[in-house]
Amino acid sequence: MFKLKSILGTNDLTKENILTILDTADTFKEISTRSIKKVPTLRGKTIINLFFEPSTRTRTSFEIAGKRLSADVINISGSTSSTVKGENLIDMAQNLEAMNPDILVIRHSHSGTAEMISRSIECPVINAGDGFHEHPSQALLDLQTIREAKGSLEGLKVAIVGDIAHSRVVRSNIYAMKTMGMEVRLVGPATMIPVDIQSFGVSVDYFLEEAIKDVDVIMMLRIQTERQNRYLLPSLREYSNLFCLTSKILEKAKDDVIIIHPGPVNRGVEIALDVMESEHSLILNQVTNGVAVRMALMYLLLGGSDDNIN
Amino acid sequence: MTILIKNGRVIDPANHLDAPKDILIARGSIKAIEPPGKISITEAEKASIIDAKGCVVCPGFIDMHVHFREPGFEYKETIESGCQSAAAGGFTSVAVMPNTNPVNDTRSVTELMLSQAKAKGIVNVYAIAAITQGLAGERLSEMGDLKDAGAIAFSDDGRPVMNNELMRRAFEYSKMFKLPLIQHSEMLDLTEGGCMNEGAVSTELGLRGMPVEAEDIMVYRDIALLEKTGGRLHVAHISSGNSVELVRQAKAQGLPVTCEVAPHHFILTDEAVRGYDTNTKMSPPLRSASDVDRIKKGLKDGTIDIIATDHAPHDLTDKQTEYQNACFGIVGLETALPLTLKLVEENILSLSDAIKKLTSAPAEIFKLDSGNFSTGKQADIVIFDPECEYEIDVAKFHSKSKNSPFNGWRVKGKVLHTLVAGKVVYSVI
Repeated sequence: MFKLKSILGTNDLTKENILTILDTADTFKEISTRSIKKVPTLRGKTIINLFFEPSTRTRTSFEIAGKRLSADVINISGSTSSTVKGENLIDMAQNLEAMNPDILVIRHSHSGTAEMISRSIECPVINAGDGFHEHPSQALLDLQTIREAKGSLEGLKVAIVGDIAHSRVVRSNIYAMKTMGMEVRLVGPATMIPVDIQSFGVSVDYFLEEAIKDVDVIMMLRIQTERQNRYLLPSLREYSNLFCLTSKILEKAKDDVIIIHPGPVNRGVEIALDVMESEHSLILNQVTNGVAVRMALMYLLLGGSDDNIN
Repeated sequence: MTILIKNGRVIDPANHLDAPKDILIARGSIKAIEPPGKISITEAEKASIIDAKGCVVCPGFIDMHVHFREPGFEYKETIESGCQSAAAGGFTSVAVMPNTNPVNDTRSVTELMLSQAKAKGIVNVYAIAAITQGLAGERLSEMGDLKDAGAIAFSDDGRPVMNNELMRRAFEYSKMFKLPLIQHSEMLDLTEGGCMNEGAVSTELGLRGMPVEAEDIMVYRDIALLEKTGGRLHVAHISSGNSVELVRQAKAQGLPVTCEVAPHHFILTDEAVRGYDTNTKMSPPLRSASDVDRIKKGLKDGTIDIIATDHAPHDLTDKQTEYQNACFGIVGLETALPLTLKLVEENILSLSDAIKKLTSAPAEIFKLDSGNFSTGKQADIVIFDPECEYEIDVAKFHSKSKNSPFNGWRVKGKVLHTLVAGKVVYSVI
């Protein structure tokens, strides 16, 4: 039985929680391959996507997930939301709650916002990314993609490469991967490795070629071009020289290594085009799995159990 | 009006007094301090009697670091509500910081603050004026005129003086008036966008960190400049272990450096930020456990001279928002006593030393004519029950603002009466 009220981060999830979510997602995945891609599971339920930060894939993925389960999905985006009118965030959440939604999906550019809102309302909340804090559904879809490719998660070695400091995807993945018994190595320029990250039980490396030699999974992160302005990088050219995953570097890796990326990809900056299109790359599988994982989260939060799926 | 305070444990650190005594107050001043039962009053004097059995009777507390928000931000606090909050916390004197709107960088603002305080007649209010005009860090304020209007120190609190040359000149210039400079020590280029201490917790929460070195570098710079120029430096709300060590070394060299700590910096660590309660957001931020340990050592060995609250009231709308966007600061006047008494419970300070850091020590540093019980002095007195246990309830605060991370805490030590110039300005009974 799944007892969580909200999904705020993978830091709160047990191994059993994660397995339940992944198993449920595996079952739901088939629905998206049918000619009529819809089941009545969440008919009569209302899901609000409250996105204070621009997002195409994550928002669409949540919307499709809700609709494939027959829920009514409402999208509110930053530009149309009333925060631009100065309405207090908590007031806004409470007003939305007064319309009796069943799940609030929240994306916000500041860390802690989903948690703050969830404390002030009763409605279940799914954190769709908050600042540099967590992005649990992304980590779960990453795990589902890895599990599909490798069969199981326990004991796998992962290298996560890029701007570690400013990534919510990394934090959610570290918690989830550690919980599932995986070994995590972080790779990036020293200016983008946050202080005391080793206390999370991960190792740190600055050299891509060395770091990927023995890993089963390489996760590349998007580098944000504006980072140069905060003294973090001399140039994108240098970043690319040091951290771009090219086919030459990939030669050093294991033959069955898989490559994932939370997107959107800066082609040719953090990952070379041919590598992206190689058989190692599972980037599009991640997107497909994203829908299934989000269906699973919605279903489980609204009282479903993994042995009761139509 | 004559008042007799009977049966209390009178603690007057400046006079090395800690004994059961009765205190007689007449015409606003202390007339006599005698062993219990020794003071006789005639029928004609019509003394009202306060029974202080089981209570500590000591000089009223002095808080050298409060923000009363008037003029400019009266929705957060006014001089009147701030003074009521002070009285409820046992404080009989406070020094208000200049980051109001307009900034207290001219005679007229200093005079407004002091006359407002006088008209309300609750507690004694002292004004700290700006080091630089408009707190802009570009030109010195008219320190001579400000001193003449009543300013007792200078500070750009909330904003540090970043420019090294300007800070050097500020030391030199203020030296003429024999008034200290109070620095909020923070290298702003190291803390830009930051909202909590940098460390494992900020990494986990995904919040931009404010490294402790931002404080250390400025404390060191100011000590170096002071050594060259003369003048006086008071380091506001010290929060870093290394900064405490810098002050310790400067004092050992005989430099005129003093410092203060706010109760939250010896009670809480950055672990309190988990859960994103914006009432844990202040500047300097809550630091690591090792910093807190070293702060306590600094309190114990006297490196940290005084306890000041950095009372920083903020309205709910300024706090009920994303952590990143919330205002810095918490209210402190009404929780200072029980939090300070925790240091006594932990054997960091004796009760007398704890009281000293709230009374005679600040009075000495800022040359205030209060903080002790020498007879004939204005009767500024607090009477508190050190054993009374209760739950902190922000709804009962006298401050206009309720931004405290200590709401719901069970604590010991309750203020029962506060007297200013022999007049009861706060009483729970």
